[in-house]
Amino acid sequence: MRTNLGALLAPLAALLAALLLTGCWERPPVTSVQNGYRGLAMGSLYNPRTLEAGMPAHAVPAALPPAEPNAPLGTTTYKNIQVLKDLSLTEHIRLMTAFTLWVAPKKEGCAYCHDLADFSLDTKYTKVVARRMLQLTRDLNTNWKSHVASSGTPGAGVTCFTCHRGQPVPPAIWFTDPGPKTVKGPAGNRNGQNLPAAAVGLTAMAWDPFTTFLTGKPETIRVISDTALPAGSTRTIMQTEATYSLMFHLSSALGVNCTYCHNSRSFASWEGPPQRARAWYGIQMVRQLNTAWLEPLKPVLPASRLGPTGDAPKANCATCHQGAFKPLYGVPQLGDYPELAGPKAIPVTAAAAPEAKGKKPGARS
Amino acid sequence: MIEYQNILTRVQVKAPAYPGVPLPSGPWRREGPPFFVYWLGKIGDTQVGPFYIGTTGLASLICGFIAIEIIGLNMWASVNWDIVQFVRQLPWLALEPPSPKHGLHIPPLNEGGWWLMAGFFLTASILLWWVRMYRRARALGMGTHTAWAFAAAIWLYLVLGFFRPIAMGSWSEAVPFGIFPHLDWTNNFSINYGNLFYNPFHMLSIAFLYGATLLFAMHAGTVLSVARFGGDRELEQITDRGTASERAALFWRWTMGFNATMESIHRWAWWFAVLCPLTGGIGILLTGTVVDNWYLWALKHGVAPPYPMVFPEVIDPATLGGVAK
Repeated sequence: MRTNLGALLAPLAALLAALLLTGCWERPPVTSVQNGYRGLAMGSLYNPRTLEAGMPAHAVPAALPPAEPNAPLGTTTYKNIQVLKDLSLTEHIRLMTAFTLWVAPKKEGCAYCHDLADFSLDTKYTKVVARRMLQLTRDLNTNWKSHVASSGTPGAGVTCFTCHRGQPVPPAIWFTDPGPKTVKGPAGNRNGQNLPAAAVGLTAMAWDPFTTFLTGKPETIRVISDTALPAGSTRTIMQTEATYSLMFHLSSALGVNCTYCHNSRSFASWEGPPQRARAWYGIQMVRQLNTAWLEPLKPVLPASRLGPTGDAPKANCATCHQGAFKPLYGVPQLGDYPELAGPKAIPVTAAAAPEAKGKKPGARS
Repeated sequence: MIEYQNILTRVQVKAPAYPGVPLPSGPWRREGPPFFVYWLGKIGDTQVGPFYIGTTGLASLICGFIAIEIIGLNMWASVNWDIVQFVRQLPWLALEPPSPKHGLHIPPLNEGGWWLMAGFFLTASILLWWVRMYRRARALGMGTHTAWAFAAAIWLYLVLGFFRPIAMGSWSEAVPFGIFPHLDWTNNFSINYGNLFYNPFHMLSIAFLYGATLLFAMHAGTVLSVARFGGDRELEQITDRGTASERAALFWRWTMGFNATMESIHRWAWWFAVLCPLTGGIGILLTGTVVDNWYLWALKHGVAPPYPMVFPEVIDPATLGGVAK
């Protein structure tokens, strides 16, 4: 039988080219970890190769040597200390050293935040922001254990490094996205979607789910009806699309697929992995992070640090997670820096007693 | 005959140009001199033309052109008249239906008005093309099976973009015009209504869809495999079973105990194909109007079985009233 080899190979070559062109084709292997009852597609999918390649980005720097114990309080020497009043001199210096490693640009060091002539001055905006960030970190570790320490692992929580990763501005932040320019006049309405949006995995869905869901007046995320038959539910397909955009972000920010949190048969059902409740607290936490801590920094920040619509940089899931299901793959870095977990009891002395009653860190102002 | 043993067409069907049977009298003739294309001969007949345009055909083309223009120009406007971006982003671009606040009212042009207009012209184009298809079949003295199969697809199209949005009281329930956006819509539709896989009509539709492709492969494979015995002359073998038809029948009787006939296999295929959009359309029409959450509906009626709990009980934190953070 005569076989025209070329005629057989042509469709195969076309198929291969189509696979490559689509761009959504990932080179194997993909491993599947079952995390639910068998046969229900309850599994987490990982590509060990890409996981391996991403690991260096989550490496945690070696902890600084512990502070010399029994040193006097920092407040005995330093002026204008508003947050770290509970730290001894040596603890204070150790923490400041960590900041320069985690946050400050290498060539600037202390001078990134401090006026080298007088460290106590608040002349640089970075120092004001840093103080706010300290309060924020302590707030998260104290009041949001439901999200940042729900595993109960000793030392679980967030540090400056969780987000900053050695950079003055954390690599994963967001601004309200006004979208690209469309024509003036009555045509070409994109309706906040329909472009390859990086924030939502290059899908054509709503490009800015963060402003919609993670700010002061968030839209309702839940769209699925909780009754079998219609009973007055008014949510729309467009709202579903916005929710799905947010979920796309969660998925890519954590490097997981839907069933890491959700029941594969019903996204609305709570009969599923406990991670979903943790994620729920995470969403509440990020909303509060943005409204109580980050948006109020707007007047402090220079224009170059603001977004295209003049808003302050804000956080979403990726800010901490950066592609890992637990930030830094769950290394309990906070254990090495307990000062960031929250204020410790200050030895009661005549000088310190009234201050201990002061505003608790993280109190909304 | 050995040519038929290849899975790709090896035979160039080329005969002297043939204008077709005489038309009944009418204002339209078949237009243009016929010509031959070798590469078309690789997948079908080499002869192209003459064409019959006709009144409904012309009207359909005009309406279709208007619809495509409205959609395309809106997409182009959305990238600020940038032709490069238009090409690059085309799969993502769309013309969106009106937002929910407009209900079934006529919205401003840029808030869904264009969508409504494009939908009108596209629907007119499709319906006119259906009429043309029906009348051309009649003019050739054929049955109208193709037109009714097309009508089944039109039913699904109208359910998605017309009947169901009206039943729901909002154009926003309809599908956007766009490549990825209409796929996103499909997915979000399923999520919004509690997982469409638990919709029995969706199940039927999928069964007919896959069934149709299976039947297509079985039939095409059977006919090609007996082509050396003249099996490709199917019509003759319907009434006068030759050796090809006998062997094809025997093959299936041996392998699965039952065989269709050269006639009945086409009815199988036709019904499977037609029932796919018919049942699918019913399933879509019931969604949101009669059933709001297909998963809960399926649990209630024993369609979805309960599975053993493998996770610790998780309480919806929103019901805890903000007690614990």
